[in-house]
Amino acid sequence: MDHEHNDQESKSSQGLTRRGFLQTMGTGAVAAATSGAVAGIKKAQAETIVPESVIRVDLTINGLRHRLVVEARWTLLFVLREKLGLAATKVGCDRGECGACTVLMDGVPRYACQTLAVEAQGFEITTSEGLMDAGKLGPVQQAFVEHDAFQCGYCTPGQVMAMEGLLRLNPTPKPEEVRLGMSGNLCRCGAYEHIFRAAGRAAELRRGKRGG
Amino acid sequence: MADQPQNSYYLEGIPVPETPKPGETPPPWKKTRIVGQPVPRVDAYERVSGTAVYPADVSLPGMIYGAVLRCPHAHARVIKVDTSRAARMPGVRALIGPDTPGANPVWTWASYSGLKVASKLFDAICRFEGDAVAAVAADTPYQAWDAARAVTVDYEPLPFISDEHQALNPGAPAIHPTGNNVEPPKVYERGDVAKGFTEAEVTLEESYRTECEIHVPLEPHGCVANWEGDRLTLWESTQGVYAVQSRVAEILGLPFSKVRVIGTYMGGGFGSKLQPGKYTIAAILLARLAGRPVKMTLTREETYLSVGNRPPAEMKLKAGVRKDGTLTAMDFSCLATGGAYPADGTSLVDWLVKDLYLCPNVRSTLTDVYINAGPARPFRAPGHPQGAWALEQMMDALAAAIGMDPVDFRVKNVPLFSQSRPGQPPYTSTGLKACLEEGAKAFGWKEARARIAATPKSPRRRGVGVAAGMWAAGSGRPPSTVMVKLFADGSVNLNMGASDLGTGTKTIMALVLAEELGVRPDLIQIESADTGTTQYASPSGGSKTVPTEAPAVRAAAVSVKQQLMEIAAKDLKTAVADLDFQAGIIVSRSDPSKKLRLQDLPGLKQAGVAVGIGYRGPNPADKIVNPFAAQFCEVEVDLYTGEVKIFRFLAAQDSGRVMNRLTYDNQVFGGITMGVGLAMTEARILDGRHTGKMVNRSGYDYKVPTSLDIPLNQVSLPIELEDPLANTVGAKGLGEPVTVPTAAVLANAIFHATGVRVTSTPMSPVQLCRLFATLKKEG
Repeated sequence: MDHEHNDQESKSSQGLTRRGFLQTMGTGAVAAATSGAVAGIKKAQAETIVPESVIRVDLTINGLRHRLVVEARWTLLFVLREKLGLAATKVGCDRGECGACTVLMDGVPRYACQTLAVEAQGFEITTSEGLMDAGKLGPVQQAFVEHDAFQCGYCTPGQVMAMEGLLRLNPTPKPEEVRLGMSGNLCRCGAYEHIFRAAGRAAELRRGKRGG
Repeated sequence: MADQPQNSYYLEGIPVPETPKPGETPPPWKKTRIVGQPVPRVDAYERVSGTAVYPADVSLPGMIYGAVLRCPHAHARVIKVDTSRAARMPGVRALIGPDTPGANPVWTWASYSGLKVASKLFDAICRFEGDAVAAVAADTPYQAWDAARAVTVDYEPLPFISDEHQALNPGAPAIHPTGNNVEPPKVYERGDVAKGFTEAEVTLEESYRTECEIHVPLEPHGCVANWEGDRLTLWESTQGVYAVQSRVAEILGLPFSKVRVIGTYMGGGFGSKLQPGKYTIAAILLARLAGRPVKMTLTREETYLSVGNRPPAEMKLKAGVRKDGTLTAMDFSCLATGGAYPADGTSLVDWLVKDLYLCPNVRSTLTDVYINAGPARPFRAPGHPQGAWALEQMMDALAAAIGMDPVDFRVKNVPLFSQSRPGQPPYTSTGLKACLEEGAKAFGWKEARARIAATPKSPRRRGVGVAAGMWAAGSGRPPSTVMVKLFADGSVNLNMGASDLGTGTKTIMALVLAEELGVRPDLIQIESADTGTTQYASPSGGSKTVPTEAPAVRAAAVSVKQQLMEIAAKDLKTAVADLDFQAGIIVSRSDPSKKLRLQDLPGLKQAGVAVGIGYRGPNPADKIVNPFAAQFCEVEVDLYTGEVKIFRFLAAQDSGRVMNRLTYDNQVFGGITMGVGLAMTEARILDGRHTGKMVNRSGYDYKVPTSLDIPLNQVSLPIELEDPLANTVGAKGLGEPVTVPTAAVLANAIFHATGVRVTSTPMSPVQLCRLFATLKKEG
């Protein structure tokens, strides 16, 4: 069975037969594509930005001022990731369900996907990049390393920001306060137990205790 | 590490394992010095800082954004797709639909069991809500979605089936011309089941159901496609770059060498990212058309509909037992659905019934049907948690019926061989008995039951539960190739194609190298998961990555040692047989004053590097390598509100050697968490009456466990048996077996607390209140 199951895995890669479509697709698709035989697209007509929809914003992120032009509907998350290259803040759901995009705004955890860039003006925005000191991990990040408080790592910068926000508000949280404070951030890998353990260590490191 | 003197690369003078002669298999490790220790990950910095670049994070010059327009109907014919308005929308760079010349390749839906149904990327019939209809790429994702919404599609809605029970009804709409049976029911039988039931002193029969579960990895499925001339580079969030490469190449008719797939980091898969999706092909075609790199990250909603699930399972189990605890017969059946295309709807659901406990007479009948819903994909131990839900609740009920302790009853029926495989081969090791016995001891099983029995009944009731499990795979297997490169200063580079899904693969491989060479794990650079630059590996799935890759890494390390000894023999003017490889140093046995540090070997300096290639050797013939588990928990159930508090949970896992205690425990807790989701909160709900659509396609309506939902106290108890036959490192898979018994453990604990047998997931307060309402008012 083991063998059978394992074969299935490798078959997944070979799942398709080469019949028929090799002739129709293959370089054929590429040729058709480059010849421009695409439904209704004329590149000359394409505009990248509709002028009346844009607005100037002034964002303070990790202590730096960014002045840029955004569409009113752009989220802070989109601007961070796709316009400013601050990709530590992750997109998980883009609708306030998972917490992967958690940032601090004036020290308080907020979902960047639920915050328009225009709304974020006037706040001190902190992302996971902002917790680093010249490439050195911040105390919460260091605690996550030591206690292996992550698996795939995709939700991790958001978890780190949620914990940072929690500890700024409450430097010595009780276990139930940690559970509650972290409950807005999903971890599908299920690293919660280690995240809880990291919280105690992070609190310690923030108080300046090193080692151990 | 610039401030470190060179010799601190190695723990000098400490013996490393004996170096076997070329061609010899390295003997099992005895005591390990580094392997098995709790070691933080080699890529922890990248993952916690946010500098790890996941496919969703890739940003390339000129990159634009893709979106897939999906069918809003459960079943519909696509009459006409009008893209003319969408194509004029601002920012649109490319748009493809069923009529775009050359951009609608054949897409074959295939099950892992080998069934295939040919379709198109944008097919004329959409058999599930969320199938692809058209795709667009624009300068921003906002513009891409504006354009996708501006595509006008004429659909002819068709009759649909949302409930697998109705799929085989006379007159049910046929989802495929062949009907709604994916294949004829699969029947397995051993012994004489009818006779077995006549020998039973107690026979019980029960129906069970587990609901459809969605993977919900935190990084949505997605990719970035970039063409450079006729060469394609694809960053795909995947568990297997080589699997994606071959499938993409075949669909597009490209030589494999023109398709480079990179998946160095990926944000969770759990089986749903073993393969590319239609979105992958769409992104590649859009990138070609636009002449720009295209990033395609699915929306969360799309991931609920179109990229896999754990199929729902409707199960019946009849079991007979003698009063001394001997199982005499089991008859199991399962009706399940992998959705609208062949997708292994019933795969491995009966495995535990067939193999977990000694039983001479077993029959299983599996019926896989089509419904109009998204195709399933493998989901962490396919079939197993479903089967455990039925079998382990039945074992509990049988134990109660014959007045035996549930742990003792299971221990009595532990097999030492695989009953359902041809020839009934023995396991290389089975820790099932030890998992049950040592787990029960560590949990305080008997004491907890005595304490609860002595507690006066109140509306809040405590209960404890046990369940066991195994995983039908987890052995690892060839092929795997890895390459270890030792630089002239003694530091090391490891090249492997496998993906580290977050299970800690890379770190474990660094520990293997450290163990074998004596080099510090943090001085090992690892390249992984890139078809252009790393060695071949099958996808990371089936809990086989560590038992597949670690022996290959060990073999490569041994090869490096052998080469270094050859070099040293020349440099020290002695025979290889006279040399001893210690950590960081090679010494003459006959004249210990003759020795050289690795970085001082003139031959190595001249060569520049020593390169060792390691291959995964074959598995033992006629023996089976499987991991086992037993889990225990204590709950408190509120009879008024239906709320369940999980006080503590203990997982005793036999996965062979513990490779890294830190990531091991993390995997164990993660498996429990996922099992809690299946048991307590997760269920795909389709509106079978009016639309056939999924109604809970969001994180609020489909609830994945949060930090508030997991057990208050979790204990990982490795049952570490030596398994020298399994492979050269003695490890078995862990990631999947840890989630197999979990849901059943909770159901058994709730039964113990309340006397109510909950046979369907999720055990939500709503369901529990309904069941408790039938209880007599007491206490």
